[in-house]
Amino acid sequence: MTEYTEHLLREAPRKDTGNRFRFVWLVVIPLIAVLFQVYVPRFVSFLGYLELPLLITVHFALSRGAPIPGLLYGMFIGLVQDSLSLKPYGMYGIVKTLVGYFAASVSMRFDVQNPVVTFILSFFFYFFHQFFYWVLERALLGEAVTFDLQQTLTFGLLNAAVALPLFRILDKLKVAN
Amino acid sequence: MDFFLSRYRHLTVLLIVIAAQLLLIAYQVKTNKDVPLIRVWAVTAVTPVETGLELVRRYTWGFVEDYFVLLGVRSQNENLRRENGQLKIENNYLKNELATADRARALSVFQARSPSKTVAARVIGNGTGANSKVVFVDRGSTSGVESGMAVVTPDGIVGKVVDSYPTASLVMLITDPTFAAGVLSQKNRVHGTLKGQGHAECLIDYVQNEERVDVGEWFYTSGDDRIFPKGFPVGQVAAVQNGKTFKEIYITPSGMTGGAEEVLIVLQGVHQEVPAGELATPGYRIMPLPPDAASETPQGAPQPGAMGTDADRLRAIYKQAGADQKHVYGEGVPGSKPPDFTKIPSVHGAPPPASAPPAVSKVAPKPKPRTESPARASDPTDDEPAGVAKPERRPPAPAQPSQAPLNPPAPANQ
Repeated sequence: MTEYTEHLLREAPRKDTGNRFRFVWLVVIPLIAVLFQVYVPRFVSFLGYLELPLLITVHFALSRGAPIPGLLYGMFIGLVQDSLSLKPYGMYGIVKTLVGYFAASVSMRFDVQNPVVTFILSFFFYFFHQFFYWVLERALLGEAVTFDLQQTLTFGLLNAAVALPLFRILDKLKVAN
Repeated sequence: MDFFLSRYRHLTVLLIVIAAQLLLIAYQVKTNKDVPLIRVWAVTAVTPVETGLELVRRYTWGFVEDYFVLLGVRSQNENLRRENGQLKIENNYLKNELATADRARALSVFQARSPSKTVAARVIGNGTGANSKVVFVDRGSTSGVESGMAVVTPDGIVGKVVDSYPTASLVMLITDPTFAAGVLSQKNRVHGTLKGQGHAECLIDYVQNEERVDVGEWFYTSGDDRIFPKGFPVGQVAAVQNGKTFKEIYITPSGMTGGAEEVLIVLQGVHQEVPAGELATPGYRIMPLPPDAASETPQGAPQPGAMGTDADRLRAIYKQAGADQKHVYGEGVPGSKPPDFTKIPSVHGAPPPASAPPAVSKVAPKPKPRTESPARASDPTDDEPAGVAKPERRPPAPAQPSQAPLNPPAPANQ
């Protein structure tokens, strides 16, 4: 194990656990993310690939580092997304619950302030999110949808690229606990 | 249990949350029911914000966008106007091409059906002068065009060739004041002379006031002028009134409706019959024929309505006599036996044989279309129109043989 990898993997608790979002941001930021997803692609269609609610969930879970708040936050954002979709309640809720849980769990092992870690985790959770949603669609709803691997990988990379500056901006909104 | 919950607290919460959502999905899928309350809440919470965003966008970015759009509107408008003008020109060009093709097809059909030999020509220019009623056509003497040839269209006559050059000809239109042509009315068979007036309508002159011409009646070329073959339409009567001596009849030329662009020059004219039109109204009441009158008319007898002169009737009588004696006129050598003309009863006063009915019927099967005054109509001469009421005539007495040819058995009176 190299020194760099040792730097990425850490056993100690997160350094920034003292910084928290204000409660109002916890409500407003997911709402903005969902609105962005339903409103902006009307005018700028290529921005439809952005999964901002997922990135918000990942960021919150990574920065909070606690699985239960992470999974609850993921569930909340997922249910808001479900309420604006045609699918039954719980589809996005389950997926984002899992994302929040695993992101929070992973954050205790990685240095999430590192851009490379952020990029890889964002890419991974995007892929996980899309894949698991596809599984739920086929398993629970019985819909014969196809999984476009190439498109999912591409969009995963783009979302990961967007996640880097987005996480920086969101970090600025945190206040010291 | 407490150890388990404290040891796997995170996992337990996760499982509970997942299970709850799975149950929610299962419920919705199983019952095919939505959870409207949550959705209403979410939509109610989101849509006002969305509406506000849309308003902001419309009055900010939309305004900026409109501004930049308006910057290009003027040049775009100019381009569209230019394009619209080009399309209009193209549309007019295509319409003209279509009309030209239709006229050319009509000309070719007419050319194929007409017995006269014609050559198609295109009007290529007008003669000089403001009141000029002459045009140049693109066919000349090399195409066989000569001065004096008629120029027509399928709709009627157009004019006549007054000068012929190698590659072009000068055509005087029928509206030219110096133009004249013989014409014949379709319904009443009135002859007259067509004269140009220098404007759209033409005058038909030399028609007696006593003749009958109706408004809307068609005039055709009569062939009297030796330029226009008989039977070409000339035009329709637009107005008619009595003049000092002759009627003033104005017609609208049919061959120049909309301006003649493609014409036919008649190289070798063939006279045609004027199409039969509606029978003329005689101007007085005629009773129907008696029921036995028609059956008494012998076959081959001269029809007064068809042969109006004494010579015609006399010719018919002799022809009938020759046919009775099986003699064909025009055959045989000089000195051969002629038919026995003494057996013609109406000539020599001999009573007609039982097998040979009178050569001329007592009746006139149909009236002759003439518009004469009642006094003239009752004139006892033999060229009277049949059916005119007059005293009954009897076969001539033997003591007056000279009157017989001129007075064959009179038409039956009513």
